[in-house]
Amino acid sequence: MSLLVIAEHDNASLKAATLNAISAAAKIGGDIHVLVAGSGCGAVAEQAAKVAGVAKVRVADAAHYGDQTAENLSALIVANASGYSHILAPATSIGKNTLPRVAALLDVAQISEIISVIDADTFVRPIYAGNAMATVKSADAVKVITVRTTGFDAVAATGGNAAVEPLSAGADLGQAKLVSRELTKSARPELGAAKIIVSGGRGMGSGENYHKLLEPLADKLGAAMGASRAAVDAGFVPNDYQVGQTGKIVAPQLYVAIGISGAIQHLAGMKDSKVIVAINKDPDAPIFQVADYGLVADLFTVVPELVAAL
Amino acid sequence: MKILVPVKRVIDYNVKVRVKADGTGVDLANVKMSMNPFDEIAVEEAMRLKEGGKASEVVAVSCGLTACQETLRTAMAIGADRSILVETDVELQPLAVAKLLAAVAKKEGPQLIILGKQAIDDDSNQTGQMLAALLGWSQATFASKVVIGEGKATVTREIDGGLETLEISLPAIVTTDLRLNEPRYATLPNIMKAKKKPLEVVKPADLGVDVAPRLATVSVAEPPKRSAGIKVADVAALVDKLKNEAKVIA
Repeated sequence: MSLLVIAEHDNASLKAATLNAISAAAKIGGDIHVLVAGSGCGAVAEQAAKVAGVAKVRVADAAHYGDQTAENLSALIVANASGYSHILAPATSIGKNTLPRVAALLDVAQISEIISVIDADTFVRPIYAGNAMATVKSADAVKVITVRTTGFDAVAATGGNAAVEPLSAGADLGQAKLVSRELTKSARPELGAAKIIVSGGRGMGSGENYHKLLEPLADKLGAAMGASRAAVDAGFVPNDYQVGQTGKIVAPQLYVAIGISGAIQHLAGMKDSKVIVAINKDPDAPIFQVADYGLVADLFTVVPELVAAL
Repeated sequence: MKILVPVKRVIDYNVKVRVKADGTGVDLANVKMSMNPFDEIAVEEAMRLKEGGKASEVVAVSCGLTACQETLRTAMAIGADRSILVETDVELQPLAVAKLLAAVAKKEGPQLIILGKQAIDDDSNQTGQMLAALLGWSQATFASKVVIGEGKATVTREIDGGLETLEISLPAIVTTDLRLNEPRYATLPNIMKAKKKPLEVVKPADLGVDVAPRLATVSVAEPPKRSAGIKVADVAALVDKLKNEAKVIA
């Protein structure tokens, strides 16, 4: 049995989410192949070949894969799908955008955001914003799966020595063209992979307060910065800060929720964190129901105190 | 240009979800149902394009039980001109819905299909992408801005690291993210008007689509409970706990 994992990368380096998807593939069992589709992505292929447990890396290097548009990427995956029992990708914005197309073209169901593998056909996935866990069994010949990265510990990035095999590129379908990308530039850890996250909500009051109060704390803790939907909708921070059902799903060692009331949609994105700290002036805020340590206080007073105490 | 807007009837987003004791699913008896919030954003976006002179007709579509007629009436109260219900009692999974919608699209010939990026019940995030694949159309998922041009659309998408803007050829599929717009409330006169708008009912067999589920639900369980911890008195106590009890900071 062979499995194909779609590599997440930016043409320069392999993204950590790929290691979680490979981990899920390893739980299913079989020969793990990694598909790297990109433009000038040779370095990514070399990194993928070193990942523990990878048997083969297949590389499609062409200009029209550089931007990872779903139309071209899904056509390439489908053209090279034969022989695989499972096709997996991390549930990132690229994985979520592309894999349902692959499933439809193969006429199979997709199993979204699995958090656990029962056997080669059976998987556990959260539904209703994580308020229920469904165990589902697929009857399809090929299982197309996106992997929630927080459900699987990353495999080691080194220790492997896989063969790298070039793939011939498919035609450029020319249906979508990238105009621009505005990526948030930050020296902080990536939200999805951070060990500590400092997150702010509506209680911050303004974008200025958010940055003025939370950045020193994030600096002290070496933390990534997140936010609730309310803070994003209010324009305090950009969309890619959002943690929740429809934003990023995170599970750091420490999650510090500041001025976040704790709507179920937010809890869905962070309740698997190892330790949760909540700071909120409302003692009845639902966030305290999931927090290991709650501090009922005015965040404008205690956040600077916390920075000073660390 | 005609716009098709698929809408799904789901548990209202304010309702606390309860898993059934026998582990077969979630209790939906006597629970408030509403239009999937992302689909509401889709209807609103279609209306704005129509009001901006970019679209001539907005057609809402839903697939599922007879009760989905309510959801379609809501879409028409927001402003959709007419609607189509693909009626079935079978549990519909995303691939089946995408096939039904593809069949409807082939009959209706829209240039644009706008739908929610995911439904808040099964959280699949698949239908739009599958529909685009089945029709061989381009797609722009997780949209936060849509501008229609001549034979193309320019769509800004919310992606992991920030935003990206794509130019896609029409016909196309757009799936909505939260910040695309803020849906209007349907006014009473419009709710009354919606009752008189045309609602066509078809069956999956009329469209030649096999809707049999591909995934069997083995069980549905409560997630592991996270119990509330303790309240600490002050910052010093918090830092002490994090250092010496939880040991998550040095």
